[in-house]
Amino acid sequence: MKSDKQLYDNYLKKLKKERKIVLTWQVIILAVFFVLWEVASRFYWIDPLLFSSPTKVSISVVERFSNGSMFTHLSVTLFETILGFIIGTIGGVVLATLLWSFTRFSKVMDPYLVVLNAMPKVALGPIIIVALGPGYMAIIMMGFLVSVIITTLTVYSAFNEVDPNYSKVLKSFGATRWQCFKEAVFPATMPTMISTLKVNVGLSWVGVIVGEYLVSKQGLGYLIIYGFQVFDFTLVMSSLVMIAILAAIMYKLVEKLESWLIKHTV
Amino acid sequence: MSFLTLEHVSHHYFSKTDYTKALDDISFSLKEGEFVALLGPSGCGKSTILSIIAGIMKQTVGNVLLEKKPIDESELAIGYMLQQDYLFPWKTIIDNVLLGPKINNKSTDELRNNAIKMLQEVGLSNVQDSYPSSLSGGMRQRVALVRTLINDPKVLLLDEPFSALDYQTKLKLEDLVGKLLKNYHKTAILVTHDIGEAIAMSDRILVMNANPGSIAKTFEVPIELRQSLPLTVRKHPKYQVLFDKIWEELDKREGGDIR
Ligand SMILES: Nc1ncnc2c1ncn2[C@@H]1O[C@H](COP(=O)(O)OP(=O)(O)OP(=O)(O)O)[C@@H](O)[C@H]1O
Ligand SMILES: [Mg+2]
Repeated sequence: MKSDKQLYDNYLKKLKKERKIVLTWQVIILAVFFVLWEVASRFYWIDPLLFSSPTKVSISVVERFSNGSMFTHLSVTLFETILGFIIGTIGGVVLATLLWSFTRFSKVMDPYLVVLNAMPKVALGPIIIVALGPGYMAIIMMGFLVSVIITTLTVYSAFNEVDPNYSKVLKSFGATRWQCFKEAVFPATMPTMISTLKVNVGLSWVGVIVGEYLVSKQGLGYLIIYGFQVFDFTLVMSSLVMIAILAAIMYKLVEKLESWLIKHTV
Repeated sequence: MSFLTLEHVSHHYFSKTDYTKALDDISFSLKEGEFVALLGPSGCGKSTILSIIAGIMKQTVGNVLLEKKPIDESELAIGYMLQQDYLFPWKTIIDNVLLGPKINNKSTDELRNNAIKMLQEVGLSNVQDSYPSSLSGGMRQRVALVRTLINDPKVLLLDEPFSALDYQTKLKLEDLVGKLLKNYHKTAILVTHDIGEAIAMSDRILVMNANPGSIAKTFEVPIELRQSLPLTVRKHPKYQVLFDKIWEELDKREGGDIR
């Protein structure tokens, strides 16, 4: 006969083993990718001038870090993305709250929101640059615009899908509409808002990188365009790798924030 | 002296394509301290009546008066326990129970202790810091009951408050609530599907018709039954007589044969 504790230990062991197997596979895939890339480049299966190679990319990254140029570009892009992300998310929630507060206003706004949502926001790039000047502001605005409308719509529809019976309970205690929002509608929508955070990380990167393509002064987006123009594809690849790493880190941080928020609010 | 009065109340639910007449010309009144049970087939409009009295919905026709004033102008607290418990999953049990005081800015430590005591009275000790998801259906229903009672409402509206409980807990809670309401002289309306519960707890029983909802018949509960507690009522000879009469009435409306 096994004791309960033993059964539980077995269960934990199984979990641990499964996690190890998954991690091993993940590492293998990454390693194979880099090895293949390197080998293909060395043996001219792919054009090394266009696709570069992991060694060249890492040498270039180290070099640019040691002379400081990479760090400047990287921090500029990161700053713009984080700001665009935060303003876009908060702005979306605030707009959704406004729509919810004024039912008629939301009905009036409905077709405009639909059009704005369907519209590819990056297409507005040139106009934004003309309006705000070719600098930080325009790029942050792009990062903001790409995420704000979809956040507004998602959060607003989540507000409306909250079971009205929670508000009924509150109304039976004499709650006002605003109290119903604060006590029932907003907290019930918390999970949706948290999941939009993750989506918005990706969207803000799109907005900011496209913005940097257009403004072409500094940032990782600028490095990509510059590398492309001077035919330095090692630079393009280096920038892409940096973006991948940063975006992944940011995503992970948001995930951490998510689990913290879920623990402390829901 | 009528305390709560419904005068020719009708209610329609409207949608873009259709409307449903849920209530048709309902009139009845309650004296202060009176306990009335609503009995009727599913969909006959029982929950609708309670929502209207609670002031959550406005009736489309007629008047609802509390102490001669329309309910939306009345200051008196009405406690409404919905058919499902609707505990807020992101709040702890104690925060759920203290929702009413919070809305009215009346939270005090004394009330908090009161709430813990009431939870214990309904058989829930040491759950105040748990979340609703870790409670069973019957436990949640008891929390919802405490959440309604803690506000000390003058009028209590109970929509099948004991439906998710096992028989024994149900009888015990009926006793507890019955005692509470009698002691504090509360006015109450109880919706139930259980004829026994209606007889055991109330002073008067309204049997309803469906489509559209209306009051079909009123039964007075004999005075001997009113004075005893729900558990003992069920043993009284007059209990069975009334039970049979109501059964017959309901049977007639639902077309009778299920054989
Ligand atoms: N929000 C709503 N919109 C449209 N129709 C509704 C709505 N709520 C209830 N109804 C209709 O009104 C009628 C009465 O509903 P109600 O919920 O009051 O019944 P009930 O007597 O409480 O039933 P049950 O015993 O099953 O709880 C039903 O025919 C129902 O379909
Ligand atoms: Mg009902």
